[in-house]
Amino acid sequence: MINPQMVMYEEEFNQIQAVVDRLVRDANAKVVFIVDKNGQLIAASGDIDNVDTTSLASLTAGNIAATGGMAKLLKENEFATQFHEGEKANIHIQLVGNRVILVVIFDSRSSLGLVRLRVKKASEELNGIFESLLKKVAEPGADSPFAEITDEDIDNLFND
Amino acid sequence: MSFINYMAREINCKLVYYGPGLCGKTTNLQYIYERTNPDAKGKMISLATETERTLFFDFLPLSLGEIRGFKTRFHLYTVPGQVFYDASRKLILKGVDGVIFVADSQIERTEANLESVENLRTNLAEQGYSLDKLPYVVQYNKRDLPNVASVEELRQMINPTNVPDYEAVARTGVGVFDTLKAVAKLVLTELRKGGT
Repeated sequence: MINPQMVMYEEEFNQIQAVVDRLVRDANAKVVFIVDKNGQLIAASGDIDNVDTTSLASLTAGNIAATGGMAKLLKENEFATQFHEGEKANIHIQLVGNRVILVVIFDSRSSLGLVRLRVKKASEELNGIFESLLKKVAEPGADSPFAEITDEDIDNLFND
Repeated sequence: MSFINYMAREINCKLVYYGPGLCGKTTNLQYIYERTNPDAKGKMISLATETERTLFFDFLPLSLGEIRGFKTRFHLYTVPGQVFYDASRKLILKGVDGVIFVADSQIERTEANLESVENLRTNLAEQGYSLDKLPYVVQYNKRDLPNVASVEELRQMINPTNVPDYEAVARTGVGVFDTLKAVAKLVLTELRKGGT
């Protein structure tokens, strides 16, 4: 199939969420989230009620895609790390295993050095989790919840 | 590439509005945004130039309701239509689940439509997609203008494979939701076929 699906199961989700939760604490971050390269939010932690994570996820993916495009033009494989410094908030963006994007938003209570250090460790853990997730998804017999839907189910969605 | 999250019990799909510059892609999204319940939509993001031409993309997250206990969420994107933004267009097509081609019905835009649809095909192919296999619908926009080509002519030129097509006036909303529903249906049907 040309368009393989990204699938998230409970087990891996909990592992990922644990890494993200811990990163918020260890890095003194405001918000940490993980996005896939297509802009879908995978997990988030921290002060997420005050941040529009859906929009940020989409823009982060756009940003990574654009940076990847620049890298290609310079014959680089990728620029795996980005850092945006604001007056109050800073964003650290890290590509993990060329698959997902780890975003850390922090303020003056933390520092770039600390964030980089903690992100490095978290990236390694995340890479392992996503690798086993991908293996699991590739296994035959993993059934889609959508295999059984009927035309009626789909039509019902559009009945105003 | 759709994203099924068993934990959150939701499924996310990516739809892209494609078409030549000024054909009404952003206008489609704006109309959808205006006419959708606040609880079913997120913020609409437009990365545009000072003259409101799309520079990178517009983005609108939309919830359509539940299927078998799974929330269906669609992420709507537009591409910048102007020819020279091709690098950006390629990026936005990454991981696409369904495409809406918005054609400008005005006779003088015939060439631009053809160029854009060809560009869509090329850019998809570069990423290993085939337009003939992807959920795909066509919208003939600006039907209210006086100098438009007939639907038959447009169909012959832009839609030779006869995918579902709709007449529209995106400014006033005519055909906008019909187009969106059609492609969303195709995407969901594809999910059923595809399994994992």
